[in-house]
Amino acid sequence: MIFNTVKQLLIEKFGEAVIVAEEANQKQPALIIKSDLIVEVCFFLRDHPQTWFDFLPCLSGVDYGVEQQKFGVVYHLSSIIKNHQIVLKIITDNNRDEENLPTFKSISSVYKAAEWHEREAFDMLGIYFDNHPDLRRILLPDDWEGFPLRKDYKTAENYHNIKIDL
Amino acid sequence: MQNTLSQKYQDGLIAYQNKIKAVAAEEMVLNLGPQHPSTHGVLRLELITDGEIVKEVIPHIGYLHRCFEKHGEALNYAQIIPYTDRMDYLASMNNNHAYVMGVEKMLGIENDIPKRVEYIRVLVCELNRIASHLIAIGTYGIDIGAFTPFLWCFRDREHIMNMLEWASGARMLYNYIWVGGLFYDVPIGFEDRCKEFVAYFKPKMKELNELLTDNQIFISRTANIGVLPLDVAINYGCSGPMLRGSGLKYDLRRVDEYSVYPELDFEVAYAKAEVGSIGDCWNRYKVRIVEIEESLKIIEQCVEKLTKEHKRTKEFDPRALCPKKITPKAQDFYIRAENPKGEVGFYFIADGRSDKPFRIKSRGPSFCNLSVLPEISKNVMIADLVAIIGSLDIVLGEVDR
Repeated sequence: MIFNTVKQLLIEKFGEAVIVAEEANQKQPALIIKSDLIVEVCFFLRDHPQTWFDFLPCLSGVDYGVEQQKFGVVYHLSSIIKNHQIVLKIITDNNRDEENLPTFKSISSVYKAAEWHEREAFDMLGIYFDNHPDLRRILLPDDWEGFPLRKDYKTAENYHNIKIDL
Repeated sequence: MQNTLSQKYQDGLIAYQNKIKAVAAEEMVLNLGPQHPSTHGVLRLELITDGEIVKEVIPHIGYLHRCFEKHGEALNYAQIIPYTDRMDYLASMNNNHAYVMGVEKMLGIENDIPKRVEYIRVLVCELNRIASHLIAIGTYGIDIGAFTPFLWCFRDREHIMNMLEWASGARMLYNYIWVGGLFYDVPIGFEDRCKEFVAYFKPKMKELNELLTDNQIFISRTANIGVLPLDVAINYGCSGPMLRGSGLKYDLRRVDEYSVYPELDFEVAYAKAEVGSIGDCWNRYKVRIVEIEESLKIIEQCVEKLTKEHKRTKEFDPRALCPKKITPKAQDFYIRAENPKGEVGFYFIADGRSDKPFRIKSRGPSFCNLSVLPEISKNVMIADLVAIIGSLDIVLGEVDR
């Protein structure tokens, strides 16, 4: 199974510490990767002849709830040639302070597709990506306050003196 | 325009603003859209031009943002289906189908769905695929100055709209495919109407090909324009006709073999070197034309099955399996399916306690397909840029969600 192959290959290449945890009992098993190594891991999985994950269909930022104080990014990788998929996750603790956004490394140097997805995660959840070529808001206006998909988001009352009425 | 966020997180915005300020004296910043018919909705492009040559394209999206994901967290699984309609509003059935398959797989009931339901789902999805491609083709014609194909395509699309309205009650936003079944069985006589439509539509496709596909003026405007190499397409996450237009035979209907597609006989359309080079605008257009013909084949086969093997019975209730309350076990799940525009995906996080998703993320194919635009439109003429945008076939409802 591809999940075990990937796990084996990653441990061989980067050592035991690369896999923080795993969710193996799910329908779509996921590997939780050490977040510093995500770029190297993606590079390795993309170019390794056994895995060949050349396609990044989906990248989602996740807010794991107010009590959890955790933010994560979920990568769905897929291989067109080999026809298999893997889910990678990176998770970090964060105290929801706007001065201190959860920060990960950008994988847009590996998959260009990640560029806009990461901008969306920044826009919606306030997850900052280091080394991103063009990280600014994508769906919301540049001067929007706050990050709407955070679980503790409060709707603004005004936007440029336009009342926001729900 | 800046918000109160700390300066260290705004470097992207500042770099962008400086870039616009630093445009050289002989260059010009030109604003295309958001209210411009050739941008297919509310897409705004900022062009840095040198005379007639486009040096750089900066897309600005979000004018149609309706917080799909935020709404999704406040609604239960069945109530989200109408929101998926409004993502790719030209192919609502396909979105419904993808979403519903995802929820069914999370519940583990995907194998219990009756064959008749599956065939009806595929039938309406393929009808909707034709309707979506007809818009793509018609508006593409109008983008580069051919008015007649637009009227022809809309005339033929209207038949499909009427049929789907007959089945679901709505013209565009159907909410027809439900978790575990369907809203209703197809109306009596629907199968005959499908047969009539296929018989009517096949010669029309021939006419359309004579008018547009093989038209020398059309070919000169689209062949060798906006060439998207395959490796770039894959790296940017392009899917659907974009990817197949770059010469890769890759269709999730065949790759994932979901629903009843393995039982149906159809070919995957992909670009072959006919006119121009592989990956250009003409090839993307041609893939859509071939896909319409393949969809017609699928419709014929579905109608055949629905009138013989899985024909209408008195006892058949398409809502029999619809769960009253949908509470999946705690899990993460990503579902993907082939939409007319490409791979539509939904990523669910279910917490196992509530009937609402903890997080739902949708991957719109148009979103990824559009992100490749700055790459393939460097140093093209402005008129060619319009041809390239049209060939992407984006729907802004799905880009912005």
